[in-house]
This record gives sequence, C-alpha cells and structure tokens, in this order.
Amino acid sequence: MKGNSCMATHAASIAILAVLAALAGCSRQSATSSQPKATAYGAAVVESSGGKQTTAVGTQLPQSVVVQVNDEQGNAVTGALVELRGPNGIFLDPAAGITDSSGQFTSNISLGTIPGRYQLIATTTTKGGKNVELKIEEIGLGYQEMLGSQLNDQYCARCHNQESSPERVSNYDNLEKKPHPFTEGDTLNKMSDADLVAIIAHGGPALNRSPLMAPYGYTLSKSEIQALIAYIRMVSDPPYGAPGIVYAQK
Amino acid sequence: MKLPTLFEKIRQKMFGDVVTTFAWMSVVLLVLLAIAPAKDFLADWHVYQRGYEKLISKRSDAVTLRRHFEPGIQQIWLPEMGVVDRCTTCHSALKEASLSDIKIQPYRFHPPIPHKPEEMGCSVCHRGQGTATSVEDAHKSTLAWEEPLLPAKYLESSCGQCHQQDLKGTPQLNLGRKMLGAYGCVHCHTIKRPDGTVISGTDDPPSLAHVAEKTSREWIFVWLKDPQTYSTTATMPNFKLSDDDARDVSAFLISQSTPASLKIVQASLDQAKKVKDDAVLQTKAASLYGESFCASCHAVQNAAGNLVGGNVGPELTKIGSKAKPEWLQAWVRNPHEYDALTAMPHYRFNDQEVGLLTGFLMGKADADLLANVHLDSATPDQIAHGKRLVNDYGCASCHEINGIKHPENFAPELTRIGSKPVNQLAIAPGVPHTLYDYIGAKIKQPRAFGPSLKMPQYTFTAVQIDALTNALLSHNERALTIPSTKTVPAVAPSHYEPAGNAGQLIRDLNCLSCHEINGRGGDMAPDLTWEGSSVQREWLLQFFRNPNTLRPALIRRMPKFNLTDAEINTLTDYILAVYQSPKVDRDSMPMSGYAPAQVEEGKQLYYSKYGCQACHIIDSKKDKGYIGPTLTHVGSRLTAAWVFAWMKDPTALRADTQEPKRNMSDDDASALTAFLMSQKGGEKQEAKKR
Repeated sequence: MKGNSCMATHAASIAILAVLAALAGCSRQSATSSQPKATAYGAAVVESSGGKQTTAVGTQLPQSVVVQVNDEQGNAVTGALVELRGPNGIFLDPAAGITDSSGQFTSNISLGTIPGRYQLIATTTTKGGKNVELKIEEIGLGYQEMLGSQLNDQYCARCHNQESSPERVSNYDNLEKKPHPFTEGDTLNKMSDADLVAIIAHGGPALNRSPLMAPYGYTLSKSEIQALIAYIRMVSDPPYGAPGIVYAQK
Repeated sequence: MKLPTLFEKIRQKMFGDVVTTFAWMSVVLLVLLAIAPAKDFLADWHVYQRGYEKLISKRSDAVTLRRHFEPGIQQIWLPEMGVVDRCTTCHSALKEASLSDIKIQPYRFHPPIPHKPEEMGCSVCHRGQGTATSVEDAHKSTLAWEEPLLPAKYLESSCGQCHQQDLKGTPQLNLGRKMLGAYGCVHCHTIKRPDGTVISGTDDPPSLAHVAEKTSREWIFVWLKDPQTYSTTATMPNFKLSDDDARDVSAFLISQSTPASLKIVQASLDQAKKVKDDAVLQTKAASLYGESFCASCHAVQNAAGNLVGGNVGPELTKIGSKAKPEWLQAWVRNPHEYDALTAMPHYRFNDQEVGLLTGFLMGKADADLLANVHLDSATPDQIAHGKRLVNDYGCASCHEINGIKHPENFAPELTRIGSKPVNQLAIAPGVPHTLYDYIGAKIKQPRAFGPSLKMPQYTFTAVQIDALTNALLSHNERALTIPSTKTVPAVAPSHYEPAGNAGQLIRDLNCLSCHEINGRGGDMAPDLTWEGSSVQREWLLQFFRNPNTLRPALIRRMPKFNLTDAEINTLTDYILAVYQSPKVDRDSMPMSGYAPAQVEEGKQLYYSKYGCQACHIIDSKKDKGYIGPTLTHVGSRLTAAWVFAWMKDPTALRADTQEPKRNMSDDDASALTAFLMSQKGGEKQEAKKR
C-alpha cells in the first residue's frame, strides 16, 4: 500500500508539473504572438516628438509620443521593434510596435492617477542583441496644478514663456529684465514657497527685483496663488525637491 | 485492514472515555470560536490600519500622526446628501499633508481641492460604494453594486453635479458641456439641468427651406455621404447613408426648396467671373478678403494642410464647389436677406467689391469633389423615399425643412444618463460593463450598438470623447436631488437686445457675434457693456470710420464695415448714452485738467513704481510691451474718469482682464491718470487736426 501511495504522489506531482509547464508555454506563446517581430535592428532610439507634455492625471496626452530608431550612421531604421514601458497606472496604446517607413513608432499615452512626473522608457534591440534605451518625461497635473496651469495661461505665460504661438505672442523679448521661465528649476527651486507667494502677491520689488513683475495679490486669491506655485513646482526642470533640502546642501 | 475497523480504532482512541471526548470537543469549539476574530483580524481594513500604524511609526512626526489616527471603522455621514462613506477607514492619511510624499494607496494625502471630505463625503465625487469595508466592494463593480470608482479622467463630471457654471479647474467638463450645444447633441436629445432649464444648441444649423438657391443636388449628395470630405471642420455628423439613400434625400431636399427672392446684381456676377483669369483682380480680391478680416471668423486650409482662421463661421476651403455664384454674391452683399438670424455681419460692400469677393471665393474650389457624382433627375418615388428618410433620421431636429415638422423628443432624453443603471444598458460586444465605458463607446461608434440605430457617426478625438463623457456623467440622479443650498445654478442666458435705430444697426452688423454686451455675445472682441464710459466721442467716430488695432500682437481685428456718417453717429450716440458704468464717475474728474508736476509724477510712477512699460507702449521708440493696448494715443481715446477707475480696480471694469489690481492710492491713480491723459499721440495727430 505504501508503494501505491508513493506512486500516486509521483503521478500527481508529474501531472502538476506537466500542467504548469503547459501553462508557462501557453503564456509565453500568447505573449510573443501579441508582440510584433522586428525585421531590422537599429543602434539608437531618439525622441521625435511628444516629450515634456503636461496633462491632467488620468487623461491622454494631447500629442502622441513619437520615437525614432536610427542606425550607426543616424539614418532611420524601418522595421525595428520599440517597446515602451512606464510607471504603474500609465496606459500605452500600443506598448510595443515596429517602426514605420520613416523609422518612427507612435504611441498614444494616458497618464496614471497620481500627479507628478512620469518617466517612459523606450527600448529597442541592436543587432548585437544589446538593449538601447531612451527616457522620456511627461507631467501629470492634479487638480491644483491644473488650476495653476490655467492661471499661468491667463496671467503669466505671456511674459514667462519665451515661446510664441499664432494666438499668443510672447512678450519675453520685450522686457528689459528677463523673467524666469517656470521650467527654470535651477533658479526657482532655490526660492521657498514663501518667496514665491511674496513675489506673486506683491510683485518684483517685494524681493528687491524688477517692478516689471506686477503684484497679483489683489487679483488672485490665496488658494489661486498656491495653485500657481504647485504648477510652477511641478514643471520645474530639474525637478523641485523637498523644501529646504536644496538650501541645506548648498 | 478494512476501513470500518480503522474508523473504529480511531473512535476508540479519541472518544474512548468522557474526559478525552470533552478535551477534543473543547479544542474544536476553541477553533470555531477563533474564526470570527481571525476573520476580523484579516479584514482588509484592519490590515490597512495596521499598515498605516507601521508606516507612521517611522516618520519624524509619528507622535502627531498617531494622535490624528483613529482606529476602527470610520464614517462620514451626511444625511441630506445621502452619503455614508467609510472610505476614511482605510484612507487614513487623507488629511495628513506631511505624508504628501507617500505615493502608495490607501495612504496617499488627498491633493488640495476646494471641498473638505467631511462636507462632501467621498462617493459624491469618486462614486464607488461608500458603505463597503472591503477593497473589492468599495472600488469595483460587483454583482450587488454596479457603480465602480470613477477613473480620474471622468472625475470632473462630479463637479458638474452641483456646479452648473463653468469652473476654472474643470477644463474637460467645460469643453464637454460646450460640445453638447456646439455639436447639436441637444437638438435630438433633451437634457434638463437640475434647475429645470433645458440645454440649448449653439451650432445654428442652417435652414434648408431655400437650399436649392444656395447649392446643387450633387453637393448635397457628397455632403450627405460624408460631410468631412467637404470640410474637416464640419460639425454635421455622418449618417452613413447608402448611395441610393443619399440620392433620394438630396432629391427630396431640392424638391422641397422654395425660392428665396435674392437680389441678383449682374454687375457683381460679371466682375466675379473676371477674377478667375485676371491676376490683378485676384490680388485685389485677396487683399479685400484680408482687409475685411473674413479670416477672423472663417478658416481656410493652406498649402500645408493647416487650417488658418477663426471658427465662428464655416470653413471656406472648398466654398467654390458648394455655393452658386448668384447665391454667394447675394450673401456677401447682405447675408440677412437669406438668413435673418445669421451671425455674419452685413458689410456695406459696393457691387464691384461684392463681385471681387464672390470671384475670390468661387476660386476656392476642389475640382475632384463633385467630379464623380452623376445624378439622374429624381423620380417621384425617390423623392417620397427621401422624405421618409428625412423623417426617419430626424433631420428636422436640426434643420428647418419645408413640409417636415420639428420632431419632439426624437432621441432618448439624457437628463439622467449619468446614473443610468448598468443592467438597463444594451452594451455592445467588447465594451466593458461600466456606465462610463458605455457612454464613451456610444459616442465613439454609435452604430456598433446595433445596425438599426439612427445615431450618426461623429469624428471626435479621444479628448473630445472624454470631455463629452464627463459632461454626460454629470447629468445624474444625484445632481437632480442634491439640496439646492449646495448647488451653483447655471448663469441664466442673457436675452439682451439693444433698442431703437442703433439696436437695428447692431443686429444688422451682428456686433454681438464678436462683442459681448450685457452678458450676451461672443468673446472674440472686447466686452462693450461699459464702452460709453470708456471712450471719447471723437475717437469712437474715427474708429468706426477706420478701425485700427490697439494691440500690437493681435491678429484678429475689427473689420471696416463702410458705414455711412449717419450710421456712425447713431451708433456713437447710442454707445455713449447707454453703455455707461456706474463705477465710472465723470463728475469727480478735475475740470481744469492736470498740472505739469502731476503729469511728471505720473510718468515717474508709470516707469519706476508700477513698471507699466512691461505690457504697454507709450514711447514707441523705447517701450516694447506687447500685452496691453498701445497707449501712445490714450489721452485722446479714453476718458479720464475711466482711466482713474481702471487704475483703482481694472478687474471691476473687465473681469477677464490680464491687468492686475494694484490697490494704489487715489494720489497715485490721479497722477497716473494725469500722465496717461497727456498722451495724445504727439505732434502728428495735432497737425492732422489743424
């Protein structure tokens, strides 16, 4: 009887192993079948467009992210496999694909629900089997930062954004003292929240700066100024660290 | 060994005597008793609360955090809103700003929003099941609960339950609400706001009563097959008609059309014909199109395929393939003749100018558009079939059509769509069983839900679909039942009508298509509600004669309407008499003008203390500011009383101005007014006057 039970356990474990192996095989198969196959290999993956966008959390980026695979000479490679990955909650449509006739791969990206920076990594494999990567950063705005971004459009961007569009001509070049673009983290990260509140509410002279920066304390509410600061902190480059730490180290 | 004997042996060993039986039974009882506390110990919320305590114990402010932390089931109970939310049981850190660096749920700090959880609860905005105490029940759709948490991209819909007005922080919802009117959704679907008002369309679909005067049957056929082939900005959706159906509908529409008694001037038509082959006339016509600022409202696709121009009027890229020259010249001369309520202004063009513009627009044609359309003359059967289709598809919900009544409640009412139970939805294959996925999928591809459905196919982007879904989700049962003390009603639409002769002129010129007056009108140009307090008579007369721009960086400008002196006087008198602000006090201004010292003081303040040159130009050689209007002539444009009031509080005079309020003293404001009023445009202007 003892031998019998032994046999039975053996048989059972073999069966389980077989099932597991089959399952594993299945899952691998389905994974490869859903993923396109590369017909060519590049040497580098570069960003074509769609990086550094801002959008509300959980929503799709206004523009698709486009990356390009190049060979050693810098020529576009058609048929190379590009895989995208990102932090939890991000939705990539599609997450992998083959570069088109101009060597580009396009993906529509929806950000997750947590406000902050989302780093995407685009990978392609070289002929030698090595993986080359490209990091792309996108910014998800929470409610507060979203509100700040709207206030920025209405009151700040005309001077603080150097870029002009047909609808909105930048005033940056006209100013004697140049304002700091909000992405200028090197300068703005050194200013405390209190400093920013002071300069927004009371204008440049509050921090011994130019009166060309007008006071907005009678126009914006306290919570609107906070929202604006939240937005400024979110888009700053390099990213804004915890308050105080930057000072303490320098 | 036989089984019964084995059992017998076990029975004897374990329950052989009373003491061992009792011992064994006690063990079993103990285990059974332990199940309840163990289950409780392992409940989701207990696990998370222990996790939270562990998390905060490592923080530097652990003592404070522990003091704030309340163990056990927590609950927000708001009887008047019907809210029983136990979310804070696990989401313990919602109010702990010092934990804002924690990015793992359920321990995230709630990002700052205008409402507190204890006032609004959680499920009012996030949906989900508030009373649940397990992760699955609270967040997901279960057999007993069909309302899962709203994904972040639809959260703005919840703001719209109480806020019927546009909010700064809800761009998606605002866009969606605008689209409900602008894409004509509400022509077929009735949507009532909680206060009982009905959302009305803003797209103004054209009347088809005289459509045969305007265009050909071939064009109607192409348009019906797919409006996008004519214009990528078309708001009319694609009804996916077969060739035969489109043939019959076009036949019916032409047959029902009645004459419109348009004024046809042969001289204009002759001139228009010449434009095609005459390079000089073409240049002239193009510059007239430019000078008349047609592009402020109408877009045209340029060589690169980009649309250039405004979106108030229809795109004109292929207008020459659509409009008949006779209709076009009549329309350019006076659009009110064909459509009394059009938004297009009545320019006072002479017959030659009308001809030039007509010729210019007829040249914007696409030879391929109608090349392959060959329609035989319609039979009575085809016309009758066309009429039936027009009834079936509810065309008269949007368009005025002779012999067809406007159908009432043509499509399902959507007042409660945002809380429609999922079990009542006919969900298409492949669409997840949630309300928001259903709405999104339905907008994206309505006919996927059944081949016999009539809802047409729109060409919305993903962002637009999300925006519309947000707007629709906000129309739900909660929005209708929430206490009115907690809601912000929609702004009642203004029905302002200017009076008298001037009123007629304002309607004829359609000033309100671009300018807002007393809450009614467009937002392309400045609000004119208080224009009479703002400007000087001489300047206004001059401006009507030759409107030049005040803002250097502005592309859209006021067109020249070629008004007569009498018309200009009527308008100017009316504006100065009626559009007066109570906040601007003419009588408080010094009668004798300003002293040179005060002007000088104002100049100092202008350049040093207030830094006005950042946005304005006063000395065109030195200043460069591009944001506000140029102030070189401000002294002959604005009234002193307006300037003074503006210095004191610009937002009180124009709520959407970019100029911040400075809270300046009366002395500073007077000095700045003195300086600004001294800016009369220099010697050139003076010389001209003499």
